[in-house]
Amino acid sequence: MPKAQVTFEDIGVTVTVPAGTRLIEVSEKIGAGLTYGCREGECGTCMMKIVTGSEHLATPSVLEDKVLKENYAGVANRLACQAQVLGGHVVVRPG
Amino acid sequence: MSRAGAVRPGEPVAIAPDVFWVGALDPDLRQFDIILRTANGTSYNAYAVRGSKGVAVIDTVKAEFAEEFFARLWSCCRPDEICAIVLNHLEPDHTGALPALLKAAPQASLYLSCPALKMLKGLVKESLDEARIIAVDEDTRVDLGGRSLRFLYTPYLHWPDTQCTWVEEEGLLFSGDVFGCHFCDSRLFNDSVGDFRFSFDYYYQHIMRPFREHVLTALDLIEPLALRLVAPAHGPILRDAPANYVRRYRQLASPLLANEAGGREKTLLVFYISAYGNTERMAQAVRNGAEGVEGVRVSMYDLAGGDPGPFVDLIEEADGLVFGSPTINGDAVKPVWDLLSSLTLVKVKGKFGGAFGSYGWSGEAVGLVEDRLRGLKLRVPRPGVKVKLIPTDEELEGCAELGRELAEHLVGRVAPRHIDFTAPNALTA
Repeated sequence: MPKAQVTFEDIGVTVTVPAGTRLIEVSEKIGAGLTYGCREGECGTCMMKIVTGSEHLATPSVLEDKVLKENYAGVANRLACQAQVLGGHVVVRPG
Repeated sequence: MSRAGAVRPGEPVAIAPDVFWVGALDPDLRQFDIILRTANGTSYNAYAVRGSKGVAVIDTVKAEFAEEFFARLWSCCRPDEICAIVLNHLEPDHTGALPALLKAAPQASLYLSCPALKMLKGLVKESLDEARIIAVDEDTRVDLGGRSLRFLYTPYLHWPDTQCTWVEEEGLLFSGDVFGCHFCDSRLFNDSVGDFRFSFDYYYQHIMRPFREHVLTALDLIEPLALRLVAPAHGPILRDAPANYVRRYRQLASPLLANEAGGREKTLLVFYISAYGNTERMAQAVRNGAEGVEGVRVSMYDLAGGDPGPFVDLIEEADGLVFGSPTINGDAVKPVWDLLSSLTLVKVKGKFGGAFGSYGWSGEAVGLVEDRLRGLKLRVPRPGVKVKLIPTDEELEGCAELGRELAEHLVGRVAPRHIDFTAPNALTA
């Protein structure tokens, strides 16, 4: 099974997950500080900062891209409810 | 006999030169937005600002009061004179007359904040000419001729879209819901109406308090303004000493409970309730574990001995919260839910949380409380502790470990962890 690693910097927890996992699927289970609103990529509440490893995330969908722009996102921002980790090691934190 | 100074039906009220109140009174309202009560109704304040180039309308009213709004509006301007419609906040009590106003003044542009754009389609179901819609920022200036409108983005007071509109030439701030209250008095102005201090504070506590940090940011923008008049979207228009109300907001938004440690310590609150003393013993163990971590001040409270109100004040200032509840009939007990359901009054997002409790045969309380904490956007970094009936020494050590780990999170000293979700039984790790 292809795997990936994600470090949630705010609580110092690193998880190993199957490639293709969305961050929303693990962040709440471990108590990371990413918070969610609609969980469907519409509200922008779960915007997070990718500290390193953004190249290991799937490219934003049209929907995610639109919401990021509406929320004045920076280049390092993604939505945790939408972002899928494809491999490698990604480090994230809230914001 | 009409009251002296009372607004008359269908007549606008001048609040400054060529600036008119064109709102509506709703004296019979007793409950607003489900969460607020009002002993004497409310007003839906809308305004018209006339310049030499045209008229701007600032906000509208609740849909049921559109007729009253238009009667006043058309008494101070013609539809074809309206060049700008400003929405400081899109909640339906301020936008109920918007669809009709857009039709009546098809030449008018609509000015609103960027986040409001996303909500607009939910309110105006008919297609809108996008050329009419202008998203404003702090650099936007709407020239009405002889006076102009500028905008202060004040998000989350109390929706993401909220903004204030500033007329510098008049020292006039159209503040939206900020500085507003549910208090209906047909004399309109703060130096004429009855005593509304309670309503002003009550409105803040129920509408603005959960967004305290945003209130403080907005006050940084508002306080430097040379205010002569504050015209909110509800309640009295503040023409006598408007700066006093700005100061009052600063007081209300400042921490209620000063921490004598000066913010150097982190605070962890342990709330519990116990039927046979088992959950209480667990609470003591959680407390003892947390107290072993330097830099964390731990306090423990029996929910049987207090009401939610003061506990909510404590929680607002705390960094971490732990709740202990026995399981009775498959649920956490009512005093726990009473407190947890009161937390929408304050900001708890990002605080650390945890749960524990003794149970007889099923033990659902801990998981249910944890779900609620996550729903409130707390961080729940480790699974809680459930103990069947009487805790053993080993189980009490597990409680102490829960307290210790939460405290370590508070001071940023938790050891890095790795969890392999691809391994069997990883979810219970």
